[in-house]
Amino acid sequence: MSTSSHSLAAPGTPGRVCGTTGLGVCLDAQRFIKLNAVVGIVFLLLGGIAALLLALTRWQTVHLLPVDWFYRLLTFHGINMLILWILFFEVAILYFACTTPLNARLFSRKVAYTSFGMMLTGAVMVDYIIIAGQADVMMTSYLPLLAHPLFYLGIILVAVGTLIGVFNFFATLYVAKRDRSYTGSVPIVTFGATAAAIIAVVTLLHGAVVMIPTFTYSMGWTPQPDPAWYRLIWWGLGHQSQQVNVCAMVSVWYLLTHIVVGSRPINEAVCRTAFVLYVLFINLASAHHLLVDPGVGATWKIWNTSYAMYLAVLASMVHGFTVPAGVEIAMREKGYTNGIFGWVTALPWKNPAFSGTALSVVIFGFLGGITGVTLGTQQINIIAHNTLRIPGHFHVTVVGGTTLAFMALAYYVIPLIFQRDFIFRRVARIQPWLFGLGIVLLSFGMSFAGSMGVSRRSWDIDTQGVYGAAAHLWLGVLGIGGVLAFIGLLIFALLCVGTLLFGEKIEGRAMADWGTPPALAGSQPGSLAHDHYATKGTIVLVLTFLACFAVYYFANWKALTDVWPVR
Amino acid sequence: MSLRPLTAPWFHGPAGHEKIWLGCAILWCFVMSLMMPYWHFRGKQNSTGEAYTVKPADFFARTEKFVTANRVGTFKNPITNPMMQELPLVEPPAGGDAYLMGRMWQWYPALRLRLGETYRLHLSSLDLQHGFSLQPLNMNFQVLPGYDHVLTITPTSKGEFTIVCNEFCGAGHHAMTGKIFVE
Repeated sequence: MSTSSHSLAAPGTPGRVCGTTGLGVCLDAQRFIKLNAVVGIVFLLLGGIAALLLALTRWQTVHLLPVDWFYRLLTFHGINMLILWILFFEVAILYFACTTPLNARLFSRKVAYTSFGMMLTGAVMVDYIIIAGQADVMMTSYLPLLAHPLFYLGIILVAVGTLIGVFNFFATLYVAKRDRSYTGSVPIVTFGATAAAIIAVVTLLHGAVVMIPTFTYSMGWTPQPDPAWYRLIWWGLGHQSQQVNVCAMVSVWYLLTHIVVGSRPINEAVCRTAFVLYVLFINLASAHHLLVDPGVGATWKIWNTSYAMYLAVLASMVHGFTVPAGVEIAMREKGYTNGIFGWVTALPWKNPAFSGTALSVVIFGFLGGITGVTLGTQQINIIAHNTLRIPGHFHVTVVGGTTLAFMALAYYVIPLIFQRDFIFRRVARIQPWLFGLGIVLLSFGMSFAGSMGVSRRSWDIDTQGVYGAAAHLWLGVLGIGGVLAFIGLLIFALLCVGTLLFGEKIEGRAMADWGTPPALAGSQPGSLAHDHYATKGTIVLVLTFLACFAVYYFANWKALTDVWPVR
Repeated sequence: MSLRPLTAPWFHGPAGHEKIWLGCAILWCFVMSLMMPYWHFRGKQNSTGEAYTVKPADFFARTEKFVTANRVGTFKNPITNPMMQELPLVEPPAGGDAYLMGRMWQWYPALRLRLGETYRLHLSSLDLQHGFSLQPLNMNFQVLPGYDHVLTITPTSKGEFTIVCNEFCGAGHHAMTGKIFVE
């Protein structure tokens, strides 16, 4: 092998061997994982501060912010949380997934710097122009609303920078294969990350198609794009980018359940097919935002909203089975064989990476998934569009699902990549629970207020004179949930930053153990690999899930019959 | 193993519990897929997206003509709202066309409809995107400038209904309201 090889095993390669896992770590990848993760967490904190102020404003009794700052910070919150925090952290995940699992070296340091520099420049530009009061247009910036050109330019820079990072990921996959840094098929974590990267490319191309003419319009160079066209293409960016999160989140589920419990996918072929379904069908879901729009017909709406017969929803239901099933198999093989749920009580619930993952699976599936599919049903959308039910849904997918999974991941990323043990480990153990509880309360508050007709993105509901005590009560629940979630987020950010500064260094030794279930006497690793009826607990859990889904789904059809006939 | 490349053959079909779950999930997806076309033919609440392009100035002219021809009174808002203190109250002919114009920051005019009659309600915007949200029923439709969005609608409950704007349209967005009375 020449020194130009991109295998970590090649001589002279800047790499190290992890003292905990024994896996090789590329030092270039490590640097950019650090940079992107830290910047991501900074944007998470900024978006979180905005979130607190917004929740305290929608809590009608508190009603904290003045009207202009409410809409300004709502724009800021959306951009920082849904775009900046997520994209930076995802680039970090991509750099990990294409190097360590494949024993490969990152393709290019220069490309990684270019990507990071463009993303950061764009991000600062967007945040500055929003806070300067020149872009009070919400994250969606629906035309003819118009922001300062720097707003669009900043988003374009972030998008192009991310695309360059994604290119680095694909190039690393290519050179790793070419230089035979590994043999066999890529592991599920890398496979899932690849699916996320493919969706990201399609997403960011939509972003370019819609943002470039909007930018040139804002400069006065070209005429205004059509508002309906803008909505269609923008949601190719807006909805799909959240599906990049879903893919990345599911990969993190597989990664963390493997690290903590030693689980493996019970059927690689089915798991991978599910990821392929995401890639093929998720784009259609952009239609969920246009279900009560003029100009797009019922046939188009029905076909697209079902993602061609719900094939992407099927993919999530597959992962929702295989992830807990993998955990159950691993636990049963370790000797936790009591009854149907004996393995559940023996899980390491005090390990924040595990509790974060488990909460992410449950919140994403039971709350986020069920509400998402139901609200995205063409006719049911009539009683949900643009009400608080919509943010009530996506706060339990993107925040309770993705953000919580990414937080869980940080409890291993910081010891393993930054090589420092966490400070205040007892506080860390309760953080996912506090954050999860806050988000669930927030989502319940939003969803119930929304069911009573309270609209999203509205500074005040009393001027409208139609909402009673119940709606106000649910807005209070929203506020309390928001405060709790913010405290959870703040603890997370402080723990991360504090650990980076003051955490005990790990040099060549294993990280301090968060707690993993020990193998009991009589444990038989691999003994259940061919027992297809060993996942008794999981099958009960998923059938319970399906029952909840059906009840919620048909209850909404019933609610729809209560409104006026319309076509 | 989730973190290391797979070297042994890994392709095999689903079996046991996994097969049961896949079967249930596919069946459920099938049910949900059929519900929408079923409701389109047999249900009463659908969004067909019927729409025609229209210049904002033309829509304004049509609305004014509609108001002049069918005005029956004036609605005075009992709630203090500088964006909407009063509106002309207009009653479209039963089975006929009604026009409702969204603009920063009111829905113009106020409508009086008859229980059980069917109307073609034309919705459009003069400026930004707006959201037609009929409360306390909670029926929601998108309104875009340049598009005449036609809802064929039949009021089946009596009373006073408030139209709230639920698409962000600037600093007065939360105060953008309108009225529909059903008698």
